[in-house]
Amino acid sequence: MASQISLLMENQPGALSRVIGLFSQRGYNIDSLSVAPTQDPTLSRLTMTTSESEEIIQQILKQLFKLIDVVMVQDLKASESLSLEMALIKVSNKAEVISKIEKNYSSLELNELDNTDEKTILRLIGETDIIESLLVELKADLVEVTRTGALGMTLGNISLETEEETKVIY
Amino acid sequence: MSREEINGGDALIRALADENIDLIFGYPGGAALHIYDAIYKQNKVQHILVRHEQAAVHAADGFARATGKPGVALVTSGPGATNAITGIATAYMDSIPVVVISGQVASHLIGSDAFQETDMMGISRPIVKHSFLVQSAEEIPVVIKKAFHIATSGRPGPVVIDVPKNMTDPNYKFEYKYPKELVMRSFPILGKGQDEKIVDAIELFRSAKKPVIYSGGGTIQADASKELTEFSKLIGCPVTNTLMGLGAFPGDDDQFVGMLGMHGTYEANMVMSEADLIFNVGARFDDRITNNPSKFGLEAKKIHIDSDPSSIDKIIGVDLAIEGDAKLVMQQLIEQVKSTGFDQTIYKDWWAQVEDWREAHGLNHDMLNLKNERDIILPQQVIQSLYQTTKGDAYVTSDVGQHQMFAAQYYKFKDPRKWINSGGLGTMGFGLPSAMGVKFAFPEADVACVTGEGSIQMCIQELSTCGQYGLPIKIINLNNRALGMVKQWQDMQYGGRYSSISYEDSLPDFVKLAESFGHVGIKVEKLSELNQAMEESFAMKDKLVFLDVLVDPDEHVYPMLEAGGSMSEMRLSKDKKTF
Repeated sequence: MASQISLLMENQPGALSRVIGLFSQRGYNIDSLSVAPTQDPTLSRLTMTTSESEEIIQQILKQLFKLIDVVMVQDLKASESLSLEMALIKVSNKAEVISKIEKNYSSLELNELDNTDEKTILRLIGETDIIESLLVELKADLVEVTRTGALGMTLGNISLETEEETKVIY
Repeated sequence: MSREEINGGDALIRALADENIDLIFGYPGGAALHIYDAIYKQNKVQHILVRHEQAAVHAADGFARATGKPGVALVTSGPGATNAITGIATAYMDSIPVVVISGQVASHLIGSDAFQETDMMGISRPIVKHSFLVQSAEEIPVVIKKAFHIATSGRPGPVVIDVPKNMTDPNYKFEYKYPKELVMRSFPILGKGQDEKIVDAIELFRSAKKPVIYSGGGTIQADASKELTEFSKLIGCPVTNTLMGLGAFPGDDDQFVGMLGMHGTYEANMVMSEADLIFNVGARFDDRITNNPSKFGLEAKKIHIDSDPSSIDKIIGVDLAIEGDAKLVMQQLIEQVKSTGFDQTIYKDWWAQVEDWREAHGLNHDMLNLKNERDIILPQQVIQSLYQTTKGDAYVTSDVGQHQMFAAQYYKFKDPRKWINSGGLGTMGFGLPSAMGVKFAFPEADVACVTGEGSIQMCIQELSTCGQYGLPIKIINLNNRALGMVKQWQDMQYGGRYSSISYEDSLPDFVKLAESFGHVGIKVEKLSELNQAMEESFAMKDKLVFLDVLVDPDEHVYPMLEAGGSMSEMRLSKDKKTF
């Protein structure tokens, strides 16, 4: 089962490359990655999934937190959390595909977005595992696919918040 | 009072002065010219012109290691920046506070493959603690402030500041203010350890029968050597230092069992192997220490004190992790021991065992008196002669290879910050430029660069810098006419097939070479002449002396851990091993 790490980092050029660079530099694998600014435009929030072992995950969390641009790190699996991703798929046989989805993948939220040139773009929202098994089943029907990668958030009172600012006075 | 406006180049140099930096090492070039003009116009910050950017960073690094203060290097864009990379990586691996300022092409040219453009932020990213690309001239003072704060706090490390040329435009002026405070999000710096862990640590010592204190470079970085020594004296168990930690505990103290690891002493490696408690302060269980991690310290409880939480449980899982500043944690431990008392006699049997090991295969520190009919010099004897001549008080820098290991084994460092070597990256060429940094910091002290004829040629150009600034460094060249450590491995593991280690016919005459730069060169070939030449070299207080010592080319460094084995599996000589 993949682990999910959520982090807040400075919304600055170079910050993302430090996070990604850490993974290649230390030989960790990333399965998916999603990043965008938050309600605070100086911060970006990043969610990544990785299939590394628990020991490695602990190292990853520490190494990430060590980066100056990373403000806070959270292991989403450490508390109750939800995880979702969105996929856009383009198909030419809309009717068949929709019926397959409705029959076996009813937990996915499904919307039809576009029909240009008799190619249909469908939007799917749901759990990563379910989207992945659907894509395997639909393989022959798919013209193209794009996915956001998983997004995650802990439930209830536990949140990924920034600590108080550290003030250094000389 | 009227507002004072200055340009970005002036602001950069003034910020360095406000950071109490009075010495920087560098090499000018197009993208850095505005900054060099700013240097010319003031006299608070002295610039030392080296002959290669790698040397600028090594010199800043040597300065930092010897003083504990940050070192600063200034280079231009493109090749200036890439030449600095080896120096930055060297500082990164050993956690040394160095700030490297690199010129960059003007902002609007970035990404256009402009002349002397290279992506310094990208190239240096994996080998810096942090880096900054200056976005506006006005932010230069705050970037400098942050860079020094980051480089020197917590686990120190190098910081790069990449400065596009237009940020230092002489015609763009703004009001200069050096920040009195910094606000940084989530930048925790560890202080004391948790009280209950301090209690637990001492209890572990009380219930141990065979403990060892294993201390690394972090103890020196944290200026915790005094505390380490006091604590060790209160506990009374064997103490070993890593290659990076030599001098943190006095090398001439009986409680010291020598360096541990790949070329550690027999007794230090046996102590680590048989211990039931390993107390690690400021070391990182790296592969030159543990040998095969799956065979490491299987019977031992482990305590690990580190200011970098990511070092804990990285290679070896520990029973008690104390995240904190080594100096503060050691002070807590000392207080705890003093208030509860400690009975050192519980380690009597352990010491008897340690003394047996020491007796059986300890290093011979008296090799100068060995009978030697051929009058040939062993490399160990050169280090012993150096130790004797300098009374163990010199700053010793080294390059990388056999000479480095001999120096670490035989020069019994009494004080921290006096043994300056590239332990993590293992950078040949580090010795001479880092010695320059040390000599600038301590002009009155004896500074020796222990090197080999291979390593010294990697930054030999700095003999010119030493001439320009009158740096009377003593270069002790252990000349075995081959890349000794590689040759040793080829002897041991490749059936003596000497692939690309020899250059005997094309070695320079080091005496003439030194003389051509205005220095003194002395060549020594006989053991009977060694001590006198060493003493003569150090007697020439105002001269750089290149002491070229021809040593036995067949000598190997022992002990040596057997690859893939435990810490007790060592080769002790060419025909003796423990396994």
